[in-house]
Amino acid sequence: MRREPPQRLGDYGPLFFPAGMLTLFFVVPFATMIAVSFFQRQQGGFYTPAFVLDNYARFLSLFFGKVLGFSLFLAVAVAIACVVVGVPFTYLLARSSRKTQIAWLVALLSILSLSEVMIGFAWSTLFSRTAGITNLFVWLGLMSQAQALTPSFGAVMTAMAYQAFPYTVLVLYPALVRLDPTLSEAARTLGASPAKAFFTVVVPALRNTILATLIMVFIFALGSYLLPQLLGRPQHWTLSVLITDQAIYQSNMPFAAAMAVFLVLVSLALVGLAVYAGRQKEAK
Amino acid sequence: MSDIFNNKIGRRAVLGGGIAGASMLAMPAVLRAQDKSLKVGVYGGYFKDSFDKNIFADFTKASGIAVESVAEPTGEAWLVQLEQAAKAGAAPADVSMMSQVSMLKGQSTNLWAPLDLAKIPNAKNLIDRFVNKYPDGKVAGIGAVSWYITLVSNTDVFKEAPTSWAAMWEKDKEDKLGLLALVSNSFLLEVTAKTFMGGTKALDTEEGIVKALEKLAELKPNVRLWYRDEAQFEQALKSGEIPMGQYYHDVTGLAAADGNPVRSTFPKEGGIQDSGCWALSRASKKTEEAHTFINYMCQPAIQAILSRKVGTAPTIKRDLLDLTAEEFAAVSSEIEPIVPRYDLYQTKSDFLNQKWTEMIAG
Repeated sequence: MRREPPQRLGDYGPLFFPAGMLTLFFVVPFATMIAVSFFQRQQGGFYTPAFVLDNYARFLSLFFGKVLGFSLFLAVAVAIACVVVGVPFTYLLARSSRKTQIAWLVALLSILSLSEVMIGFAWSTLFSRTAGITNLFVWLGLMSQAQALTPSFGAVMTAMAYQAFPYTVLVLYPALVRLDPTLSEAARTLGASPAKAFFTVVVPALRNTILATLIMVFIFALGSYLLPQLLGRPQHWTLSVLITDQAIYQSNMPFAAAMAVFLVLVSLALVGLAVYAGRQKEAK
Repeated sequence: MSDIFNNKIGRRAVLGGGIAGASMLAMPAVLRAQDKSLKVGVYGGYFKDSFDKNIFADFTKASGIAVESVAEPTGEAWLVQLEQAAKAGAAPADVSMMSQVSMLKGQSTNLWAPLDLAKIPNAKNLIDRFVNKYPDGKVAGIGAVSWYITLVSNTDVFKEAPTSWAAMWEKDKEDKLGLLALVSNSFLLEVTAKTFMGGTKALDTEEGIVKALEKLAELKPNVRLWYRDEAQFEQALKSGEIPMGQYYHDVTGLAAADGNPVRSTFPKEGGIQDSGCWALSRASKKTEEAHTFINYMCQPAIQAILSRKVGTAPTIKRDLLDLTAEEFAAVSSEIEPIVPRYDLYQTKSDFLNQKWTEMIAG
């Protein structure tokens, strides 16, 4: 069967449904949000349609700059942590027996069925002083006294990486399974140690997959707002937390919308930059 | 059987009947008393369930007015829905229980139909501050229920009950407090003003607010958790993980009654008293029924039922109630409460929110 480029309008038919859905459920809400971000906030009331830049002006301050900076830093840190753990893990998983693979994948997939709330509460219990893992360390004689590990940056990072890890493995897994095993065998034959073969052959061969995974986890982590609240101190609250405060508790929709638009633009720019950098490297 | 479905009754008729049947099942209250009915909005969940069980059925028996209770979301989402529906001439609920800040915001757009106190004789039972008025003196809302936020502590960790809100500032509370995360629901500015600045009048000026915020900033090293989610703090308080903080008096009392090592203390400066109001949407056509309902709710006997069954503090004067000392103490206190400065959350909300967020997250 030969594939021909679509000739008539009807040939584009199969595209209409997804295009319509995308318009209805993404383009329209997003456009509404952009419109609202320029509306006039009525303090002590609601908002009125207008075209003002106040909402963006309020955002451009050192305070919000720091919050945005922290949110991006947190998302990048989670993405890197997931990939650093995920690539070797998935590499070993792809080389293990079918039974082991299935067991691991089922376990990882079941994490996806847990809601963010459950993950947050579970980790806050594990990190607590009264019922947490430090009690185990005390029992083992590793620590003299149980202590609370939350709220802290480490607790936020751990829970977010835990939540994003299954996605990381699911994106990496197909590429690693399909990776030609003769590549690393050749490297080994030529005298490379397993670690050296992994870093000089496997990792470069997977560069695009790794970049895609980084971007996906980054975007996933950027939207997180519950875990930083449950496990972090106020300085660990992300921009998403402040957006929620404005939208739900202050009923300041224009400002919330402006912050959200800003967050989307910044993350799109960063993703664009990452993809561009990836292409440049490939071109060399 | 299949013949009947295929020939005598069309497929559409069966479907239509099914839909009609389903909607009949969904709205039994409306069918029972079609002539007189009232839609009442109360917070969804525990509140709505308690009201359905303990209040609305008796009201229908007493007045012949069927009540269809509507679960309203907390926060200001319900206010937005009422406002937009009123613009279109519709009322998703005739009477709603509204927070004080929502009351003021609704007043700014004349969302609330003025109430006629002549038709609510029982309103004379109310404590004065529970009658919400428009600037021109018309009545916008009538106090429905109130509740207290008090100083709570874990009895295993703190053997002695604290006596003042100032206890939160003490050195030995380092990393031990759980406080509400938002300026508009923690009311900590009012607490600070009453405890250290001679009263909430000190918040009249922006300098006063900034001074209160500076005093509050001293608390930061002592705060382990700024919570939005009540369950998170309640759990930590019971286990002693976070042994002190601000929390709801009634819920803490219930937890203590269940045997948890917690106590709720009314500090000498008073507990924070927050409240909800009954308000009538201007789009409602059930003005008469609404007045009857609000009047019914202001009776001492009904307020006593609310205190016993729902755990709310009465909005009417103490001496009219037949609550025993224990029953009253379970929901309220004779100590003059700290009444939040709701006006500030309307006129200065953005300023307060910005300064507050910078204070705790900065």
